Parts: sequence; C-alpha cells; structure tokens
Amino acid sequence: MANDVVVDKGRRRFLTATTAVVGGAGAVMAAIPFVKSWEPSAQARAAGAPVLADISKIEPGQKVTFAWRGLPVFVVNRTEAQLAALPGEDSRLKDPNSDNADQQPEYAKNEHRSIKPEWLVLVGICTHLGCVPDFFGEIKPEPFDPNWKGGFYCPCHKSRFDIAGRVFDGVPAPANLAVPAYHFVDDTHILIGVNPGEKA
Amino acid sequence: MAGVFANLGNWVNERAPGLAPFYSKHMTAYFAPKNFNFWYYFGVLAAVVLVNQILTGIFLAMFYKPSAAEAFASVEYIMRDVEWGWLIRYMHSTGASLFFVVVYLHMFRGLMYGSFKKPRELVWLLGMLIFLVLMAEAFMGYVLPWGNMSFWGAKVIISLFGAVPVIGDALVTWIMGDYLPADATLNRFFALHVVAMPLVLLLLVVLHIFALHEVGSNNPDGVEIKKGPKGNRWSATAPADGVPFHPYYTVHDLFGIGFFLMIAAFIIFYAPTFGGWFLEHDNFVPANNLATPEHIKPVWYFTPFYAMLRMIPAKLPGVIVMFLGIALLFVMPWLDRGRVKSIRYRGLGYKIALGLFAVSFFMLGAVGAGVSAETIPVWFGADADVTTIENLFGRFWTLVYFGFFAFVWIYTHFGLEKTKPVPERVTTHD
Repeated sequence: MANDVVVDKGRRRFLTATTAVVGGAGAVMAAIPFVKSWEPSAQARAAGAPVLADISKIEPGQKVTFAWRGLPVFVVNRTEAQLAALPGEDSRLKDPNSDNADQQPEYAKNEHRSIKPEWLVLVGICTHLGCVPDFFGEIKPEPFDPNWKGGFYCPCHKSRFDIAGRVFDGVPAPANLAVPAYHFVDDTHILIGVNPGEKA
Repeated sequence: MAGVFANLGNWVNERAPGLAPFYSKHMTAYFAPKNFNFWYYFGVLAAVVLVNQILTGIFLAMFYKPSAAEAFASVEYIMRDVEWGWLIRYMHSTGASLFFVVVYLHMFRGLMYGSFKKPRELVWLLGMLIFLVLMAEAFMGYVLPWGNMSFWGAKVIISLFGAVPVIGDALVTWIMGDYLPADATLNRFFALHVVAMPLVLLLLVVLHIFALHEVGSNNPDGVEIKKGPKGNRWSATAPADGVPFHPYYTVHDLFGIGFFLMIAAFIIFYAPTFGGWFLEHDNFVPANNLATPEHIKPVWYFTPFYAMLRMIPAKLPGVIVMFLGIALLFVMPWLDRGRVKSIRYRGLGYKIALGLFAVSFFMLGAVGAGVSAETIPVWFGADADVTTIENLFGRFWTLVYFGFFAFVWIYTHFGLEKTKPVPERVTTHD
C-alpha cells in the first residue's frame, strides 16, 4: 500500500534541489542567445572595424582625413616649428594639460597629445556642435587670430584649437578635440580604433 | 429577451463560477472610503491615459517604420498623409506627458495622506515599479521618431550606463548594438516600447490594483475604515464609512475623466508641442550623429533627475545620486516611522518638509530643462557667471530634495513629531 511507504525526506529534498539547480542552469544557458543577440551584429562590427591608415605619403605640415565609424579622423604630420610653438600656447587654452580624461586615452595625455610627437591623430568633430573644423596649419597671422601658431578653426561658431587639438579659451567649444584609440603597426601605418597592445 | 440574458448568465456561471464573485469583489462590493477628495482622481486618470497610450500606440505602430533610414519620414507620413494620423500621434505624445502629470500628482497624494504606510507598503512598491517602467517606456518611445533630440537623448541616457565600473563601456555597446545609437538601437527600442514594456506595465498595474483591493483604499483623513464601525446600506459587515466602488466612484470618476479629457483635448488641438515642453523643437530635425543640438535636455518629466545628474561634477557619483533620488522614494514606508498617516493630523515639520520637497522638484526641473540658465542673465546681468550661479542654485535644491528624506527619518525616528489627534472615523461620516 502506498500509505505504508516511508518517505525518505532527505532523498526527496536532494532530488528537488538538484532538479532546481539543473533547471536553473538550463534557464541561464537558454538566456545566452537572447543576451548575445544584443551585441553589435557582424554588419555593425564590420562598419565599426578599425581602420589601417597608410601615413607614408603624408608630408610634414600636411593633414589627411580618414573615415572611421562614420567619423572623420585627422592625421597630421607636424613640423618641428609647429611642435616648438605648443608650450607657448598654454596660457591661452582651456585645458592645456589635457586633464579632461574623456578627450584622449592615457597615452595621449602629454604636451603633444600623441604617441609620437610629430604624428597627431584626432577625431575631426568640433566638441561644440559637431561641425568639422578646418585645418590651418601654417604659422602666420590669420583673420581670426593675429598670433596664430597653426591649428584648427571651426567655421560654424568660430571655435579655435591649437595644433594639438587643444581648445582656446573664450570660444564656444567646451573641450579639446578627441584623440581616438590608435597605435603604430609599423613606422608608416597606424591602426585607428585599437589601443597599443590591444587586439584588433 | 431578458430570459435569454439570464440563461446566458447562468450558462457562464455554471462553467466559470469564479467570475461573478471576482467582479463584485473589485467593483460592487469593493467598499472605498466615502471621503475621497480631488486628489483621488489621479489613479483612475492614469488608467485612462494608459488605455489611450495602448490604443493610439497600436495604430501608430501600423504606420511607423522602426528603421533608422525610414523612422523620421514615417512619422512625417503619419502627420501629413495618414488620415487623422496627426490626431492619433498628438494623442499619443500628449498622453505621454499627461501620464507623468497625473502619476506625479498621484504619488504626491500618497506622500500627503500617508498612503505608502502600513498596511499599504506593497501597493506603494508596486506603484514605484510602475513609475520606473513608465520612465523606461517613455524614454524609448521618445527615441522612436529618430529626430536629432531622439538621437542625442538616447546617446546621453545610454552613456549613463558607461559609468558602471569595469563593464560600463561594454554595457553601452551591448545596449546600443553598435558603437553609436543606430538602426539596431532603434529597432530594439521599438520592440521593447510596443511589446515588452507594455506587457510588464499592464501586469504591474493589475498587481497594484489587486494589492490595493486587499488592504483597501486610504483616504484624506488617513483612518482605516475597516477598523471603524461596520454596516452600511449595502452590507451589514462592510465598513460603515465605505461606499461601493461601482456605481458610486465609477460615476464620480467619470466626471473627473470628462474634465481631464477637456484639458487633454485643448492641448492636442491647440498646443500639441506645448511650447517645446511636450515635443521639443530640436526633434523636428532628423537624427544627425555629426551635429549636436545646442542644448541637450530630456523632456520635462525627466528634468528634475537630469538636474541632479548635472549638479554632481563627477559622472559615476552623479548617476548614483540620480538613481538614489528615485530609490529613496521606494523606501519611504520604512524611512517615515510616523504612525499618523494624513497630513491633516501630522506635525508642522512634515507639512513644511513635504512642501519644500515639492518646490525642490520644480526647481530641479527648471535647472534640468535649462530654464535657470536662461533666467540667470536676466536677473544677474548679461555678464553673470551662469554656470557658477546655476550650480549653486541646483545644488541647493538637490540638498533640499535629499534633505526631505533625511528630515523625515530623523523627525519620526526620534519622536520629534507633534501630531494632532486622529479622528475615530472619516470626518465626513453622517
């Protein structure tokens, strides 16, 4: 008779617990595809892939624009004279020491805001309203600044940036131009979008 | 003819005997206090708006296209080419703002009359969950037209999750499904906005009402009618100071609904953008990831919390403070140890604190919406340091907002509150 059977409560608890654990593990496993489906798709990853930029043909003083994740990325081969003018600008800048950590990776927080002093890599989007600033590389008086030492000038609202992308005081842009993640693959190629030592 | 209906009723009753008792429990035999005042309209008004949002939302989903390439144009299509499409969309967009108007007033009612206190803690918690889901629902709905403010609003709000230590950046990419708000983001927000969130919202609303009907409604006197004398015209065992929800409060609420719909209709027909407060001007420009609107600000109902975020100079602490501003409301039933529920019989301290709390909510809203940034040059001169003055102002009111919770706990925990005697029965009993 069923009523005469002694219930082994320990065994019943064990079975209930193990069933719950296995079922719970299964539920977690089943959730993985749904959670992973929210990751950038292969399409988005391809469009956002790092860009290999050949910089061998960029002359000193010249700027070349590359497209990365739909953003213009400026690569400038700076001259000795342009670099020498950088310290003299400090007193006219909002953030001369690049203290705003959102605007550059740690390895670009230096006087020239770059890995190699001569090579400047910047996201060419004004930090004010997202216009693309124009490149005025020459050290000569400009209509917008008689003491111009080379840099970027935004045509939309007259924001000015020096040749390291540092924003001037008294212009609408709040922050320095952003430095993207990048590193040198070799002497003539940089990979935009990947930090040094990071896998692409 | 009557016989047919009676037979049908019997037929159903034999097969589903629980239906009739269920109906009477929640309608004709749900005894609500007879002394409800103006403040007790906002619960039912929230339900009315919810129905409006679902109905108009279903029809908008028939014409809207959830893709980054087509979304903005499809909204214009609804506005210009779909027959009566403009009305359906304005009902939906106005409904969103009015939803928050009535929900904020509904919550304030709860704070005034102690409706969050024992035994209604669960009602309050479920209500706060509804508020949270409603905020998520509203945010995602705001992204759908894919205007420039949709895009930048999405970017700013999603980047808040970047403040989470360690996994922040990966979390942001995961939410967006891309490296910036894009087609994938819009598409998943559409799915969440029209399917997932409404299902959760409806479930929570049902639970909120069930939880309320278990413990019974509070009232402006904050007395428990269930503990008072028994027996009224309808039942010998029901509370003497209660009246059946149906027909007494259904008819009463119809009057309030009619008045509310008049206001809603006025806004829908004459001021659908409400001067840029309900539909922001910058959102009439298509999304552009290269051009930021001059002032990125959320719609008015998020501005108090957005102000708290902006007033804290560091990102992670700012996000924590903002969420704390909502989290503290969740624990109100345990922060406020006072036994007296209604503000009518509470100490002067609570009245002043609650008043200042309401003022701080408006002031923070003004900061978050950029009203203070526009007003400061008018009051302090054109060369005034707007940022410094705004920060002082905003931080002061942030302190007042959080001070409310601290004050209420100290005031009630250490027995500093001097309350008035609470009447035995509701004050309007006959």
